[in-house]
Amino acid sequence: MAPLLEIKGLKTHFSTDDGILQAVDGVDITINRGETLCVVGESGCGKTVTAMSILKLIAMPPGRIAAGEIIFEGRDLVPLTSNQLDEIRAKEIGFIFQEPMTSLNPVLTVGEQIAESLRRHENVTRKQALERTIEMLKLVQIPNAEGRVHNYPHQFSGGMRQRVMIAMALACKPKLIIADEPTTALDVTIQAQILDLLQDMKERFGMAVMLITHAMGVVAETAQRVVVMYAGKVVEEADVDALFADPRHPYTQGLIRSIPRIDLDSEHKTRLEAIGGSVPILINPPVGCRFAPRCKFAMDVCTEKEPLLRQIAPGHRMACHLGDVQLGDAAGALA
Amino acid sequence: MAGLTLASPSAERGVYSPWRETWRRFSRHKLAVVSAFLLLILILAVVIGPFIWRVSINDIDIVAGMQGPSLAHPFGTDDLGQDILARMIYGGRISLAVGLAAMLVSVFIGTLVGALAGMSRGALGHGLMWLTDLFLSLPQLPLLLLLIYLFRDGLKQVFGPEGGIFILIVLVIGGLRWMPVARLVRAQFLSIREKEFVEAARALGASPVRQVVKHILPNALGPVIIAGTIDVAAAIIAESTLSFLGLGFPPDTPTWGRLLYDAKDFLDIGPHWALFPGGAIFITVVAINFIGDGLRDALDARRVI
Amino acid sequence: MSQYVLRRLMIAIPSLLGISLVLFVVLALAPGDPFSELATNPNVPPEVQQALRARFGLDDPIYLRYLHWLNAMLHGDWGFSFVSRMNVDTLILQRLPATLYVIGSAQILALLIAIPVGVYAATKPYSLFDQIANTLAFVGFSLPTFFTGILFILIFSVTLDWLPFVYTTDIKATGIHYVLEMIRQAIMPVAVLGLFQAASMTRFVRSAMLDVIRLDYVTTARAKGLGQANVIVKHVMRNAMIPVVTLIALQMPAVFGGAIVTEQIFRIPGIGSLLISSILSNDTPVVMAVTFVFACLVVLFNLIADVLYGWLDPRISLR
Ligand SMILES: Nc1ncnc2c1ncn2[C@@H]1O[C@H](COP(=O)(O)OP(=O)(O)OP(=O)(O)O)[C@@H](O)[C@H]1O
Ligand code: SF4
Ligand SMILES: [Mg+2]
Repeated sequence: MAPLLEIKGLKTHFSTDDGILQAVDGVDITINRGETLCVVGESGCGKTVTAMSILKLIAMPPGRIAAGEIIFEGRDLVPLTSNQLDEIRAKEIGFIFQEPMTSLNPVLTVGEQIAESLRRHENVTRKQALERTIEMLKLVQIPNAEGRVHNYPHQFSGGMRQRVMIAMALACKPKLIIADEPTTALDVTIQAQILDLLQDMKERFGMAVMLITHAMGVVAETAQRVVVMYAGKVVEEADVDALFADPRHPYTQGLIRSIPRIDLDSEHKTRLEAIGGSVPILINPPVGCRFAPRCKFAMDVCTEKEPLLRQIAPGHRMACHLGDVQLGDAAGALA
Repeated sequence: MAGLTLASPSAERGVYSPWRETWRRFSRHKLAVVSAFLLLILILAVVIGPFIWRVSINDIDIVAGMQGPSLAHPFGTDDLGQDILARMIYGGRISLAVGLAAMLVSVFIGTLVGALAGMSRGALGHGLMWLTDLFLSLPQLPLLLLLIYLFRDGLKQVFGPEGGIFILIVLVIGGLRWMPVARLVRAQFLSIREKEFVEAARALGASPVRQVVKHILPNALGPVIIAGTIDVAAAIIAESTLSFLGLGFPPDTPTWGRLLYDAKDFLDIGPHWALFPGGAIFITVVAINFIGDGLRDALDARRVI
Repeated sequence: MSQYVLRRLMIAIPSLLGISLVLFVVLALAPGDPFSELATNPNVPPEVQQALRARFGLDDPIYLRYLHWLNAMLHGDWGFSFVSRMNVDTLILQRLPATLYVIGSAQILALLIAIPVGVYAATKPYSLFDQIANTLAFVGFSLPTFFTGILFILIFSVTLDWLPFVYTTDIKATGIHYVLEMIRQAIMPVAVLGLFQAASMTRFVRSAMLDVIRLDYVTTARAKGLGQANVIVKHVMRNAMIPVVTLIALQMPAVFGGAIVTEQIFRIPGIGSLLISSILSNDTPVVMAVTFVFACLVVLFNLIADVLYGWLDPRISLR
């Protein structure tokens, strides 16, 4: 079956004071119907920009989709105008944002904010919309939904607001939910509840989820497939088990090693193996592999030639010259 | 905190001095640059003008009255045949001097009040902020008129007609415009007070005055410069308004506002008489405001990209 | 909500008291006795003068004098204008409608210009429209009202002869002609004042819109597919108006300043021109009273702004 969403060679650039910032630089991501895909990578690697580019929610200008295709159910979204995309927004693809504290409009009641997307996309009366809204609030386990529907966002806690956001994203039963770090801003205990809720909803409505996160723990618990991003590029993509069992890209390996290990004694537990250095600047990035300055295995070729994303095993792709060398050896042995 | 380990983009491309960077940003605001140039010409004109244009400001020649611009009188003459250019050069000195002096007064009072309010956490701070808010809601022009009405005669006796009114106008305009500066300075205090380098200075036993002078005020400098620039323009308008209402400088002192006041009853026969001084006020004020805008671009980090 | 309004009222009272104190202190500090020229004024009968001195308690200690004065002001006992030969409160009530008419119409004109222009400019930042609007706004608030007034008279009255430049209260016409004439003579003063205000308001609106437009909840709204116009009006404007209300209120003192100038230029018989004429004729009770009325108007507008603020922002009124 054709994938639900296929992002091909997406490049999203921002013009800034200092030059063109290549926030997303040739990203390929595929999401199948009903699956949960996790996108991981450290802060600033372009996860949010990638997700927002799908529905052109980035600020334009300064942002611009410079190249690529975003094919949703067989239709390329890139050439569509904002007006045309409005038919897909919320109706086909729902969004949950990172910051529940700032993602809701402070001067409208949560009920109005959920109902407005119902009224936009489905032919319902004000009264029906209200009923559906209350139903949605109940579904995301907001106690006293009938009363709370008329409250303003500031009357809710962070976790409750994120539930409201989920209700809002689900209201029109979209085929794909994009959740951009939905739990990062929340307490640890609340985080688990929200992830459970999301999982629950996904199973109930049978939609696909693109979950953006930088917590590898979350990935292990929720994902079926994982895309690892680094500095605006995809560096590795695999099924979740394959990725954790056999991470191939040095960056992925670093990420996985940085997960706190419960099984180690407390003294080791605190010593996470953080990856040294930080994300390179995305304005005039150096040629070659962008991870090279931080990579333990960096070779001469790494600073000269860009490693391309290629298949290394069924359903497992990565972009690293290390793989090339090994593959090259294997190819040589075959010949 | 991550910012500490991150190499900042500008550091990678050679070290800029902060003033060079400021100038680079300022110079991108084309209108501000043009304005700075215009203002410079205006200042030069009123400062060295009298040495070049040696026509007296009060030579009366009724026969040559109400003439439009000509070679002998580039800006024309008024009803008494006085040369408008010469009078405007003289008046420009007063207008600009009032603007600058009133700005200094307002920045001084504002910095003082803002610093005191920012330093004291108790009743004094609250009281001063209440006072600031109160002053913000005073109707400025009526109060200005009232003060001048009540005090001009007293000061005239002490400082002479021109000096007295100059001091009065400067003090009153400055004294009614310090509130934005006070707020800015206080805000700087509140935001910077907790920052590490001030904490460190405090831990090292720096005296409060020293903390303020060395650490906090320099940080408040940018916003205060911007506010001060705008204040110059506002003070020039305030002075011109007073003179225009016939309540500013004495009738024989040809400030730009006064020239307009005298000209306003002759609009039909001598529009040039009103247009030149009015244009001068406008150009000065708009230039200063654009410079303020350019400075905001240059000095204020909170810009929308 | 009503509790909030009440609390705002309680805050307004101290500021009124503060303003009255400032006015009184200014009066008390003024060199000489502001009423002394009454003694030399042959028009003032000695018994009136005596009564005045007694009522103002000019020989009492200063705080008593303040209380007396305040008490008299609160009772509407604002003194007598020897120049106009009538009670000050009557005089002011006569003049106030013209001032409110001009200021009110100017305010409406300013809003009608500033909101659409500011909103549209903010939706297309740094576009040609935005740059032109921005530059015009700068020019607009750098043009002092007295100069715009003169320019308008020069263009529309002297050169084109379209509009009258003297405002009159006894228009010799009736019915529809009266109304038309009222509007015609108000065009220039209202335009002068309104354009001046529109200039700074446009900038407030634009920058408030730009501040809001970048916020997360606007992205949320766009992600719902609501359409540009709906997002701008329902989500951005609704929030941007909250700070704009405060900024407009802060602008009120300057508006009254502009009103005084405009009234003077177009000879509108409002309280602004009354202030100038009473200063020129040393009519102290009127000067004090008009200044106080302006102060009260500022406080009143601040109060209105506070109430609007509370109405626009649920976070405030529910607290
Ligand atoms: N409007 C914008 N203008 C300029 N640069 C932008 C803009 N939005 C994002 N960027 C840049 O794009 C890059 C990628 O940002 P993005 O928000 O996608 O990162 P992220 O992976 O989502 O990080 P995080 O985990 O912190 O959310 C960053 O360098 C950021 O500075
Ligand atoms: S390409 Fe080279 S530098 Fe990049 S990750 Fe692979 S080994 Fe490291
Ligand atoms: Mg992000």
